[in-house]
Amino acid sequence: MRGEPPASSPALTPTLSRERERAQEAPLLQVDGVSLEYRTPERVVRATHRVSFDVHAADRFVLLGPSGCGKSTLLKAVAGFIPPVEGEIRLGGQRVTHPGPDRIVVFQEFDQLPPWKTVKQNVMFPLLASRTLGKKEAAERALHCLDKVGLARFAEVHPHQLSGGMKQRVAIARALAMQPRVLLMDEPFAALDALTRRKMQQELLALWDEVRFTLLFVTHSIEEALVVGNRVALLSPHPGRMRAEVNSHGFSLASLGGAEFQGTAQRIHDMLFEEEPEEAAA
Amino acid sequence: MSAAVPPIRPEYERTLEPFTEVPLERTLPLPARIWAQAGVRKGLILIVIAVLWELAARWQDNDLLLPTFTATARALFEGLASGELIEKVRISLAVLLQGYLTGVLLAFALTTLAVSTQIGRDLLDTLTSMFNPLPAIALLPLALLWFGLGRGSLVFVLIHSVLWPLALNTYAGFQGVPETLRMAGRNYGLKGLRYVLQILVPAALPSILSGLKIGWAFAWRTLIAAELVFGASSGKGGLGWYIFQNRNELYTDRVFAGLAMVVLIGLLVESLGFKTLERLTVRRWGQQR
Repeated sequence: MRGEPPASSPALTPTLSRERERAQEAPLLQVDGVSLEYRTPERVVRATHRVSFDVHAADRFVLLGPSGCGKSTLLKAVAGFIPPVEGEIRLGGQRVTHPGPDRIVVFQEFDQLPPWKTVKQNVMFPLLASRTLGKKEAAERALHCLDKVGLARFAEVHPHQLSGGMKQRVAIARALAMQPRVLLMDEPFAALDALTRRKMQQELLALWDEVRFTLLFVTHSIEEALVVGNRVALLSPHPGRMRAEVNSHGFSLASLGGAEFQGTAQRIHDMLFEEEPEEAAA
Repeated sequence: MSAAVPPIRPEYERTLEPFTEVPLERTLPLPARIWAQAGVRKGLILIVIAVLWELAARWQDNDLLLPTFTATARALFEGLASGELIEKVRISLAVLLQGYLTGVLLAFALTTLAVSTQIGRDLLDTLTSMFNPLPAIALLPLALLWFGLGRGSLVFVLIHSVLWPLALNTYAGFQGVPETLRMAGRNYGLKGLRYVLQILVPAALPSILSGLKIGWAFAWRTLIAAELVFGASSGKGGLGWYIFQNRNELYTDRVFAGLAMVVLIGLLVESLGFKTLERLTVRRWGQQR
């Protein structure tokens, strides 16, 4: 069973272990009263309104909500792509102002891997671009991380020769290699078929068991939220506001279909659809 | 009314033996494999064209208007053997490369400016819509006034013919780079020139390559045309001058040899230069089929 941040220290992430000691006092990532807006040619639309939540080290924090609740926009704001119009986002007490390699994003789209680089070069790319490591060390770490996601055999292959699931594995390996302070995932498995998706969830949890990274995960699937996360934040749509935070550390893929799991899923379902009963039927 | 109910059929399970009935892979027959070579197919097209040319010329039977393929080939070999053609090609290529490379550099600078600033975008927009429709040859009289008879004027019109189409293509390519890829690049902390060189340029390479090809063709056309127009008064003319001179002296076979030289260099650059570049980059990366 997956619990709260454990004591065992992983070999891969020395920076994270230090953070975990502080985890009990202060949250690693604080989203504090954040309002986000985006512009269309005619008007300015409010995507989220005064959203606040805390993510602690080694959390698997899930943002869950129907489309239009601004969860992806929120993730992009944490990544530093969109500045908040109100409130602020703090990572380790420091205000987030621009994109940076301490918050690596795994996107939903398969075209996030530059096609001109081989799988190994792709994993090395952020390490070299951010000048974190030299070429040799970067190559070693890339191979190590590819091995973790089971793609060591495909290191010299170009991304277009991979399947969708394999491309997402490369993106995850690339993110892990950077050892970011927060790993951001924007519906990373949404474009995959159901069987591959389940397998990827399982692998992600196994990776977390081993590495204990801090994860902020966006999804629109209640089931995925409960399985992947240890804490689930529910957002209401138009604009996105915090509706609830639910603990889900007791659930794993093995609890699918169990009475307690079904109960929580039903509770979340009711909270998400209470205002628009006609959409619940659709 | 009772709805139709499908019958309930028994389940079954089979254990499958290893598959040995037919070999899993077969090699294609030899003719199919030969035909699969692009070089073979294109060579065949060239041979057909040469034969048609030869037939048409013999039927026409007038060496002044249309020399035969064999006569042209002979003139070409004589020109190459005497070194005269090679010298002309060398002169033309030297000027061509100078203008082409300068044009490419300028186009890159202009598009880099255009992706990073609003005013750069407006500058590129305005300049390309003003100058792209302007034929390079129309600028030649002006260039002759400014730079005199010679290399300077040629390089100037060459830059003009390469810069605008390449800048347009490159910029269109930059615009087409997927948002996810851009965000991934910025996510790694890439900015400014590093961002352009490490993300935008490789991602837009298919468009950039086609811009380079168009620019190369435009450069050749402009160069030959410019040499035809004023090569007569320049002491050291290139291929265009060779064609012009031989036309004046009614050596039609040499005129054809000069034209064939232009065509051959075009084929060579396309098949050895650009095709190789494409094979090593965009095809290998799966950006182009």
